[in-house]
Amino acid sequence: MTDAAIEIPRYQLTAADGTPLKLAMARATRRARLRAFALVLPLLVFVVVTFAVPIGQMLYRSVHNDQFSAHMPNLVAFFAADETKGVPGEEGFAALAKDLDLSREERSIGEVGTRINYEIAGTRSLFTSAGRKASKLEPPYKEAILALDKQWGDPELWNVMRRASSPHTLSFYLAALDLQYDKSGAIVSAPEDRRIYVPLFIRTLWLSGLIAGLCLLLGFPVAHLLATLPLRYSNLLMIFVLLPFWTSLLVRTTSWMVLLQSQGVVNDILVSLGIVGESGRIQMMYNEAGTIIAMTHILLPFMILPLYSVMKTIPPRYYRAALSLGATPWTAFWKVYFPQTVPGIGAGVLLVFILAIGYYITPALVGGASGQLISNLIAFHMQKSLNWSLAAALATLLLAGVILLYWLYDRLVGIDNMKLG
Amino acid sequence: MSVLKLPPYASPLEKAWRVTYLVICAAILLFLIAPILIVIPLSFNAEPYFTFTRKMLSFDPAGYSMRWYDQILTFGMAAPGAPRNASWWLDVWENAKWVEAAQNSVIIGVSATLLATVLGTTAALGLSRPDMPFRRAIMGLLISPMIVPLIITATGLFFFYSETGLAHTYLGIIMAHATLGIPFVIITVTATLVGFDHSLTRAAANLGAPPPLIFFKVILPLILPGVISGALFAFVTSFDEVVVVLFVAGYDQQTLPRQMWNGIREQISPTILAVATILVIFSVALLATVELLRRRSERLRGLSPG
Repeated sequence: MTDAAIEIPRYQLTAADGTPLKLAMARATRRARLRAFALVLPLLVFVVVTFAVPIGQMLYRSVHNDQFSAHMPNLVAFFAADETKGVPGEEGFAALAKDLDLSREERSIGEVGTRINYEIAGTRSLFTSAGRKASKLEPPYKEAILALDKQWGDPELWNVMRRASSPHTLSFYLAALDLQYDKSGAIVSAPEDRRIYVPLFIRTLWLSGLIAGLCLLLGFPVAHLLATLPLRYSNLLMIFVLLPFWTSLLVRTTSWMVLLQSQGVVNDILVSLGIVGESGRIQMMYNEAGTIIAMTHILLPFMILPLYSVMKTIPPRYYRAALSLGATPWTAFWKVYFPQTVPGIGAGVLLVFILAIGYYITPALVGGASGQLISNLIAFHMQKSLNWSLAAALATLLLAGVILLYWLYDRLVGIDNMKLG
Repeated sequence: MSVLKLPPYASPLEKAWRVTYLVICAAILLFLIAPILIVIPLSFNAEPYFTFTRKMLSFDPAGYSMRWYDQILTFGMAAPGAPRNASWWLDVWENAKWVEAAQNSVIIGVSATLLATVLGTTAALGLSRPDMPFRRAIMGLLISPMIVPLIITATGLFFFYSETGLAHTYLGIIMAHATLGIPFVIITVTATLVGFDHSLTRAAANLGAPPPLIFFKVILPLILPGVISGALFAFVTSFDEVVVVLFVAGYDQQTLPRQMWNGIREQISPTILAVATILVIFSVALLATVELLRRRSERLRGLSPG
């Protein structure tokens, strides 16, 4: 034994290379963590770029809109300097005249008008027609512009322009919640006949809840049957659940269109059985009923599979024990069997509900007017009305609801326990 | 019948309930499967109707025809009436709308699946290590494309792609579809890794194998069933996806579901049913593959035989 070896304190354990064991362990753990993280990193970057950033951008667009402010620099400067609300004096109209001319040259006058049109219907043409005549305007501008159209003297129009002169706005969220600014600038709810979005959100929630309930009602007996039958039968019957699960969504929606049409198979059967007359064919499609029937069918496998995997783990002897202790079959089912299926019910109902509130394709094809969900209106604003900020605000509200449910699902079920097929 | 088997002491009421219960279950199973099977006979309809004609019901051969399958090939062709020789088939391959849509779907689906599977499998390996930091949060983010409504993803991608120049490109669609397929790969591969015996990798390392060799010779063969079924899920997701395509694809970038969507919205013809029938047969094949893989995986991991 050399002296050097004795110098090391006896109670400190060391690794092979002489570093204290605690330090070596910490280093090894850190390296293992880094290695694990390095494996996940490429995917994480990919998902952040193709998923998180686009959604973040959408969130930003819901509060940021520069359609007005980017093209009307003089008015923006005027509003920043002058705090008085309502119709301004000559100075404000001069700025307006300058901007109208500028924006006509840039061909952005339509965009400017569209932005104001979101809040006061019918004002787009006010801007475009004023833009066409802007180069011929002479001072005093106030009189000249008012001579073009009396609406330029509307204080509400000026209040809206003042709010639009800042690119950051909450007005799209207000619109998405059926709220608006009144003349004094306070937030009030929109007139009853113009409330569209809140009733639609309520309808989306109600229909999704109804569909989840129907799926539970239909899924429970089937899952129970599959879980209690001998394996050779249940494997065969499982095909009935898995085949729809693997079949294209559009194929399933098409099938329902074929079945539910007024000249379709279901109505033909009803007529030939004499249940309804030739003239009394039931309208089952292009309305709420179409959406409910088709979506219940499409989402049913998402209810049956989690229920099945929970029911499979429930030992049948508990039920039998309850029976042998004198319980009636109903009591044994309700007090002994059913409580054990609750985790499966929670998982299935939440999953179906989450998937249902964001559904787009099926309601768009079979829903008609009364069977539309909130997603369909988002698509409408993205593709038809081109009010992208409002679409983004509606999408953000929907996203907030979905994230809340997703968090709940994770707490109750755990995303790790999600099973496929 | 053995499914009807009840203990001999069962009361008549219990027997009656058992029968009722089986009838209810049969009705629900019929509700599940009938809409998918109904399109198959209807696609052979000789008339442009979506219901069974009198001739079809009496099994008169005149009531059936292949005309809608023929239409899949001829729709969009330059010269559909030409004699059916090699140049006719070339015309089909190059011009027929449905064939073109199928080609696009396969190109996009295969590329998106490859991307999702490679990235997803690597990440699943990291996520199932015990020392993975922020596991729950990262897992939550990576699974979320499956949960977030497609319309929201599509809206976000529309804004993002139109600014970055990825709109109307194949790359953009492939990246979006890969993102949508990744959750499925992660779920299936992490599920396979749950039963994975890590002493095998340690043994391989101990015998001197470098990490890539361990991965390809030890880990991959064992988790392959999970990887393949994840890949199949990712492929189906892409193959069936229409919302993102509607938002970010160019006009000439038709895919099968988009072509179906157009067909249903514009003038629905029984050609759609013929396409649907082909897709149903396709999904039967996929289902069979996944089922075989699942059984193989359970055997490999020593679980009870399915």
